[in-house]
Amino acid sequence: MTVGDLTRYIREVFEVDYRLQDVWVEGEVSGVTRHTSGHIYFTLKDASAQIACVMWKNVAPMFGSLVVHGGQIVTHGKVSVYEQRGQYQLYVDRVQPKGLGDLHAQFELLKARLEAEGLFAPERKRPLPEFPHRIGLVTSPTGAVIRDICNVLSRRWPLVEVILASTKVQGDDAPPQIVAALDALYRRDDLDLVIVARGGGSLEDLWAFNDERVARKIAASPVPIVSGVGHETDFTIADFVADLRAPTPSAAAELTTPDRAELAAQVRALQSQLVSAMSGSLRGRRAALQSQTRALAHLSPQARLANLRQRTDDLISQAMSAVSHQMQLRRTRLNGLVARLDALNPLAVLQRGYAVVRRDGQLVRSVAQVSSGDRVSVRVSDGEFDATAT
Amino acid sequence: MKKQSKTEAPTFEVAFAQLEEIVGKLEAGDLPLDEALSLFEQGQKLAAFCSARLDEAELRVQELAASGEVEPFEVGEDR
Repeated sequence: MTVGDLTRYIREVFEVDYRLQDVWVEGEVSGVTRHTSGHIYFTLKDASAQIACVMWKNVAPMFGSLVVHGGQIVTHGKVSVYEQRGQYQLYVDRVQPKGLGDLHAQFELLKARLEAEGLFAPERKRPLPEFPHRIGLVTSPTGAVIRDICNVLSRRWPLVEVILASTKVQGDDAPPQIVAALDALYRRDDLDLVIVARGGGSLEDLWAFNDERVARKIAASPVPIVSGVGHETDFTIADFVADLRAPTPSAAAELTTPDRAELAAQVRALQSQLVSAMSGSLRGRRAALQSQTRALAHLSPQARLANLRQRTDDLISQAMSAVSHQMQLRRTRLNGLVARLDALNPLAVLQRGYAVVRRDGQLVRSVAQVSSGDRVSVRVSDGEFDATAT
Repeated sequence: MKKQSKTEAPTFEVAFAQLEEIVGKLEAGDLPLDEALSLFEQGQKLAAFCSARLDEAELRVQELAASGEVEPFEVGEDR
């Protein structure tokens, strides 16, 4: 047979053995190579043997962080043969840090995995309702946390109703209880939001809120869900996957509710605005009414009559002064005419020594009209006499 | 999944929003007097309702039993 045939046969021997297709192998990591392709090649060894391992790039983002030189890990995968090199290899698809004591590593692992799935994405975060009517609460029914939360709610927003789904909040049996509590709340259709709360503690104490089951249940909430776990500096997987992280359980109660003292002040402010708007409006209308009344008074019959009377008096005065003015003018003219007339008075001429001569009643203007011996009448200023022309 | 709160009286937020709207309308002016007076009266009632709701409300806490029923829950003293 050929080398290829032999190698292929060997490979089939591995692949037919179902135990080798689903193995958990524990060992120490050495010789890690991170290929540009994204695949990770490393060796897993112990005191007596070693095996070549491959982690494909599709799995690397989730578990690659645990493959570090010198690290003790537990891997899961299947064994087969890389024919070109005649090498049997472990194809790794899951990694766990060795021993549950390495909680930090587990935390990082789960965090990386869920983040890669998009469960922490900002786009997933939902806004909180402004005036919640009913809040679901997952926490321990005893202890300071429930008391503190209720105190804050009583002070700020007692209009809300709290539906408590009690649960253990630490220990190995806590995660399933937390999941069941959330499930019971999700089945209701009257909640505006859910709060998951637990007081401060060590990483072990808070561990239930780093549990994958709890994280996925929180991510599946039909309503906005707020995580208030531990102290300000504690960050749990629950915090990352919730719509909002509150630094403490009391903060969760504060962040999800309005403050009734502020609202009461706003209501009072609105009330005075209401009153001043109304009184302002009334004042405006009263002023308008007054000016209308004044205008009306102006137009009343009495007012008009008084006005007319006044005008009549004025007209009469005007007329009278016009008349007297006219009379004055005429008098002046008359005087003028009289003076002129006087000046033209023939008698005045006579007074100056002139005489009016008449012959047979006819006015004599020229010597031709009179012959010697004619009898004429002579009128002088103060009388008349006869005379004979010579 | 969440249905509207089905209380008989209006909710605080609804009354508050209505009060804001009425103040807006009155401040804008240009209303016939009888309408302005009617809105004013309504506004006063809403303000009284809101203030009462805020002052008199008491927190209700119910515990969800396995059956799905709720029962009043008394917050215990700190252990």
